[in-house]
Amino acid sequence: MNKFIKKIAQINFGLMSPEDIRKMSVVKIETPDTYDEDGYPIENGLMDPHLGVIDPSLKCRSCGFRGGECQGHFGSINLARPVIHVGFGDVIHKILRSTCNECGRILLDDVAIEEYRDKINDLLNQGENLNDLIKEIYNISKKDVCPHCEAEQEDIKIDKPISIIQGDYKLTSSEVREKLEKITDDDAFVLGVNPEVARPEWLILTVLPVPPVTVRPSITLDTGERSEDDLTHKLVDILRINQRLIENMEAGAPQLIVEDLWELLQYHVTTYFDNEASGVPPARHRSGRPLKTLAQRLKGKEGRFRSNLSGKRVNFSARTVISPDPNISINEVGVPEMIAKEVTVPSYVTDWNIDEMKKYIENGPDIHPGANYVIRLDGRKIRVYDETKEAILEKLEPGYIVERHLNNGDMVLFNRQPSLHRMSMMAHEVKVLPYKTFRLNLCVCPPYNADFDGDEMNMHVFQTDESRAEAKSLMRVQEHILSPRFGGPIIGAIHDHISGAYLLTREESTFTEEQALQIIRKSHLPIPKRKNEDWTGKELFSLLLPDDFNINYKAEICRKCDVCLKEDCENDAYVVIKDGQLLYGAMDEKAYGSFSGKILDAIMKEYGPTRTKEFLDRSTDLAICGIMKTGITTSTNDEEIPDEAQERINAHLVMAEEKVDKLVVAYEEGELEALPGRSLEETLEMKIMQVLGEARDKSGEIAESYFGMDNHSVVMALTGARASMLNLTQITACVGQQSVRGGRIHRGYIDRTLPHFRKSELGAKAKGFVHSSYKGGLDPIEFFFHAMGGREGLVDTAIRTAQSGYMQRRLVNALQDLQVKESGLVTDNNGLVIQTMFGEDGVDPAKSDYGKAADLDKIIDEMRIK
Amino acid sequence: MKIDILKHNLVPKHEIMSNSEIKKSFKDLDYEIKNLPKIKLSDPVSKNIDAKEGDILKITRDSQTAGTFVTYRVVEK
Repeated sequence: MNKFIKKIAQINFGLMSPEDIRKMSVVKIETPDTYDEDGYPIENGLMDPHLGVIDPSLKCRSCGFRGGECQGHFGSINLARPVIHVGFGDVIHKILRSTCNECGRILLDDVAIEEYRDKINDLLNQGENLNDLIKEIYNISKKDVCPHCEAEQEDIKIDKPISIIQGDYKLTSSEVREKLEKITDDDAFVLGVNPEVARPEWLILTVLPVPPVTVRPSITLDTGERSEDDLTHKLVDILRINQRLIENMEAGAPQLIVEDLWELLQYHVTTYFDNEASGVPPARHRSGRPLKTLAQRLKGKEGRFRSNLSGKRVNFSARTVISPDPNISINEVGVPEMIAKEVTVPSYVTDWNIDEMKKYIENGPDIHPGANYVIRLDGRKIRVYDETKEAILEKLEPGYIVERHLNNGDMVLFNRQPSLHRMSMMAHEVKVLPYKTFRLNLCVCPPYNADFDGDEMNMHVFQTDESRAEAKSLMRVQEHILSPRFGGPIIGAIHDHISGAYLLTREESTFTEEQALQIIRKSHLPIPKRKNEDWTGKELFSLLLPDDFNINYKAEICRKCDVCLKEDCENDAYVVIKDGQLLYGAMDEKAYGSFSGKILDAIMKEYGPTRTKEFLDRSTDLAICGIMKTGITTSTNDEEIPDEAQERINAHLVMAEEKVDKLVVAYEEGELEALPGRSLEETLEMKIMQVLGEARDKSGEIAESYFGMDNHSVVMALTGARASMLNLTQITACVGQQSVRGGRIHRGYIDRTLPHFRKSELGAKAKGFVHSSYKGGLDPIEFFFHAMGGREGLVDTAIRTAQSGYMQRRLVNALQDLQVKESGLVTDNNGLVIQTMFGEDGVDPAKSDYGKAADLDKIIDEMRIK
Repeated sequence: MKIDILKHNLVPKHEIMSNSEIKKSFKDLDYEIKNLPKIKLSDPVSKNIDAKEGDILKITRDSQTAGTFVTYRVVEK
């Protein structure tokens, strides 16, 4: 079987004729039993040895191959009476409805038939789809009188799935078959049945193919009991009824009994094909579980197609929940010992590592740095057991392959679905750790889009040295710090790293020498010389920077003043780093946050990935020490403002509402002037939205003016660690206008949103403006509007992910085989030129400066300094 | 009134390359000329500049990334 390589030249779809089924059948199945008392398969039974064998020690009676090599052979059952195939009920109905009940011709005159035949031939020649035309033919061929034999036509209905009813009389399968037999080949062709591969009467079964035993293997339970496959059970049912039907017919039993048995046979054959057909009660196992028959094997998510053919499973992989560990490097992944003992790395035994390998084998499969299998020189794989250990150790020599446990320093591939970009799969170094979760450094959360609310991730172990080397140079985490999407860092600090760095480096933070050295020590930095005076946080941070590093930029906390005071900035927002010393400015998201870290970006581009990895790892440590010295905490107290402020905000909101009312009055009296290109109503809406937007912003500003940098919520918002000032002002001052479909809320009752308002009321409150703050609490009406806006947000995100997912899929399918040559030429897999220069400028966006080939300003600055 | 499509701001500059130009531009290329992108003989632009089958058009267009970018198309039926 394995010795042939056959190429598929063509595939034909058609129906199997009874002759075809008999021809391919190696044995006629007649006995509804499987095995005799001694456990041997019965001849002409469902387990007939001609149908193929599973046991490798037995030979197949049909082909002579042993179990495993013999792919099995079909048998057949001669049905005592014809039976309708469930899958074809609809087709049979359509054909019968479109043909004469008496003569079997199509219910169209000869001219029309010829016309359609030509049309079908035309479409066939053009290789186009026939479906629409065939549908049209079925729709049009309905007449009360047959144009050929002038017989009057009775209505033919279908009672799904398989009962065909003519007038009031339910046709038997035999009668249906007779009608189908009458249709000529030429007519069948016009009805969409190609006479070369199918005849209409073959839609009715007279012979049932019996699949080989390899398709329905019986399982031997631990108790020695045999358990048969669902398909075998169903075939037994069919055979039993078939046998009884034959006996009754031969004995000349009354018509009623024969018909009952026939009906039963039809039921069993139907459920044999599809046990979920509507209108047919599913056949059940003795335990009450519905049987899994042919259609159920193929259909759906767990079916053959989606689960087995499209879904690929791999060995040497692991999946578990992820959790954070700031103490491991960004290049590392913490692997639970349990997993490390299961997935293995094949390593060749050499003279240099033989002692190490012996130690692994001695440890065996249950003690961590151990081994599970050994592959001998002859290629045989031997499992390492306590009993076999000694023998293996004795024979071990260079050339053997030991499948050893995963160990510290091994390269593995780490992945989180959905794998939307190349950073979704990166190579990490293993660090075997206790407990049962994968551990990862927090800086790699953004590229994977991971959090720790129960996310799981997959790990794959490389099995060859080539793959390991390739992954190490191309896929390592440190090689992906810069994203090809926007040419900036995607791996970088988040959340507490950012607030930590700010708390450490802001102006007023100083440390005694003891504290400073403690921090340095905990951050795994080289211990500097004592200088016998206090350290500033900025000095501590400078230890992370390369000695010749220079950069100036405006930090995230920058308030965007009209005139920038530069070094004298009162917010400490102008960062100056000279010769590796942080002179001015505090560290925040703009310094080394993911997506926007300027320092991170500059270090990566000037000093390379290894130095950047070191910077990130050490700065993580330092930021955590920084945050631990100060401490950070937040509560609703952070959003507390004095009564005086609350009064100012309220006054302001009242003013805004008055303004809105004035606008409404102006509109009603026709004094409002329409903006260019807008109707009067649109103008009013826009103006009201603008006034209310300003009102919220202003109330936010009032609240903000009472917040200082000693407020941890504000620290987090302004440094870019988490949340925004908008979130804070919504909690403190005013939630603001709720919107549905980009405007104020209009829907609900006729001419009003809720019955609490007058009809056509246009005021702020009536259209979804929320005056209250989250902290103060919303009144019921506000709460309702808020829920409306909130629901729209949820629906939008759900739809957006589906849409963008499909768009991405189409893009990936179109671009997946493109390749870039060294010269910058982009071709597809046929060699067709797509672009003569990649991206028209030949720039790798990951190595570019935020998409640009070079930052000229920076280069000129550098030259000036020199 | 007939509009000169070549003057439209969305239509980039198309030129038919002379043999000497072709020799110069494709001196050391790592692809076959027949693999270049195609343009139909019936394309309004190729009709407008009287291109013949087998001609190579030099197209100079504005580029977001590179300022201007030169690409080529082979005229086919």
